[in-house]
Amino acid sequence: MKEASLTKVFIALLKRDLLLAYRHRAEIFNPMLFFILVITLFPLGTGADTKLLQTMAPGIIWVAALLAAMLSLDTIFRSDFEDGSLELLILNSHPTSILVLAKVLAHWLATGLPLIIISPFLALFLGLDQDVIGLLIVTLLLGTPVLSLVGAVAIALTVGLKRGGILLSLLVLPLYVPVLIFATNAIEMFSSGLPITAQLWILSSFLLLSITLTPWPTAAALKLSLS
Amino acid sequence: MGGYALYVWVSYGVAAVILIANIVLPKYQHKMMLKTLTKKMQRAEQLK
Amino acid sequence: MMKFIYMMASPPHFYRLAGKWLPWLSGITLLLLAAGLYGGLIYAPTDYQQGESYRIIFIHVPAAWMSLFIYIAMAIAGAIGLIWRIKLAETVAVCSAPIGAGFTLLALITGSMWGKPMWGAWWVWDARLTSELLLLFLYLGVMSLYSAIPDKRVASRAVALLALVGVVNIPIIHYSVEWWNTLHQGPTVTKFDKPSIDVRMLIPLMVMAVAFKVYYVWALFLRVRVELLERERNTQWVKELLKMNKG
Repeated sequence: MKEASLTKVFIALLKRDLLLAYRHRAEIFNPMLFFILVITLFPLGTGADTKLLQTMAPGIIWVAALLAAMLSLDTIFRSDFEDGSLELLILNSHPTSILVLAKVLAHWLATGLPLIIISPFLALFLGLDQDVIGLLIVTLLLGTPVLSLVGAVAIALTVGLKRGGILLSLLVLPLYVPVLIFATNAIEMFSSGLPITAQLWILSSFLLLSITLTPWPTAAALKLSLS
Repeated sequence: MGGYALYVWVSYGVAAVILIANIVLPKYQHKMMLKTLTKKMQRAEQLK
Repeated sequence: MMKFIYMMASPPHFYRLAGKWLPWLSGITLLLLAAGLYGGLIYAPTDYQQGESYRIIFIHVPAAWMSLFIYIAMAIAGAIGLIWRIKLAETVAVCSAPIGAGFTLLALITGSMWGKPMWGAWWVWDARLTSELLLLFLYLGVMSLYSAIPDKRVASRAVALLALVGVVNIPIIHYSVEWWNTLHQGPTVTKFDKPSIDVRMLIPLMVMAVAFKVYYVWALFLRVRVELLERERNTQWVKELLKMNKG
């Protein structure tokens, strides 16, 4: 039997994971629901002062997105680890790092993208201007894939553990700080009319760096978790 | 210490506590480890 | 060459060697610390701007240096352990984490002790303090990952991987925090401008820095010896060692 080409395997894996995500829709909706709830809580906690909410909006949305992304990480490898398909992923002849990339991409499409789609409405809740909302979406598009990619390393390290929850947040959140800083900073600068090309370039370079660098440690960590 | 005595001495005190803890703790663990391992070995020999 | 390294790094050999070095390391550390403390608390003159409060520098700055140095050492040891599968290197990486976390905590506490009289607040979201706090989280992550994985061989390899990911991220985190700080905080925060430091202050500072480095090796060897005993408890050399101890 001829071995399937890497591209074919990549696409097949992507399709499979997306189909699985579609069948477990609740797992996609949970982080989204969490995202909405956290953002609704903020005005209730700080008071509905429009000015205050406007200045805090980018930070609130980004922190909520960070937490929602972290909560959803568990679904990347968990079910595959439990039913043993993760071992097949590692044992086949294709480089694990590329296959990992397919899984992370599917995960981002299933959990990251929905967050981005609903974020404009939540931004309206917090009273952001329309042109600022456009930029918010751009930063989320550049930033959330980084969260998934970096998070994949940490989840790969902890997938074999029964209670990895709080440990995961300790591993992941410090690594998320640069994305948070540059994304919220871009929005803030933009609302006060300053140029933001530097921030966007830096966010893009984070994305490129994490696409090229994180699959290796993720693959290595998966192998370790399965040993 | 020119009015800053509290800050300076608390700093040096905390330093002493942390530095000493990182020496005393492993030393104690080493002692306990030797003790438990010796006990285990003696028990294993008695069983023979 | 590799054979020699493997022999040197074999647990029984290192255990004995480290045992022989311990008295020397403790002696040198104590001497250097005594010299550094004398230099810092008595010999160094009072700062004309900050008065006596600046004397915290002799703890704070070396501790901050050590916090970074130990993280890098941990990542290098981890990489060596991952690549050449040297048990000793893995153990060194694992045992470095609590010592590094100790220095990071020390740098944070002394930083806030210094901040109170200088800035008027216990905590300021200053770039260096903030990245030090994040570094502490990275250390805590390494430590709790190690304790969470039951198989210690696997755990130390996981720790090595995490340390490598962390060490790539440290400069990124540091520079983003610096960027964030300069853009958020206006010029209201008075940063101490660093004029050329008096030699009589510089010498004790350097002595303390060296003292902390030797201290690290001392504390590290103590921890590594315990860890080696625990991991190799069923091997022949540990049994022989126990018999010798008893007799």
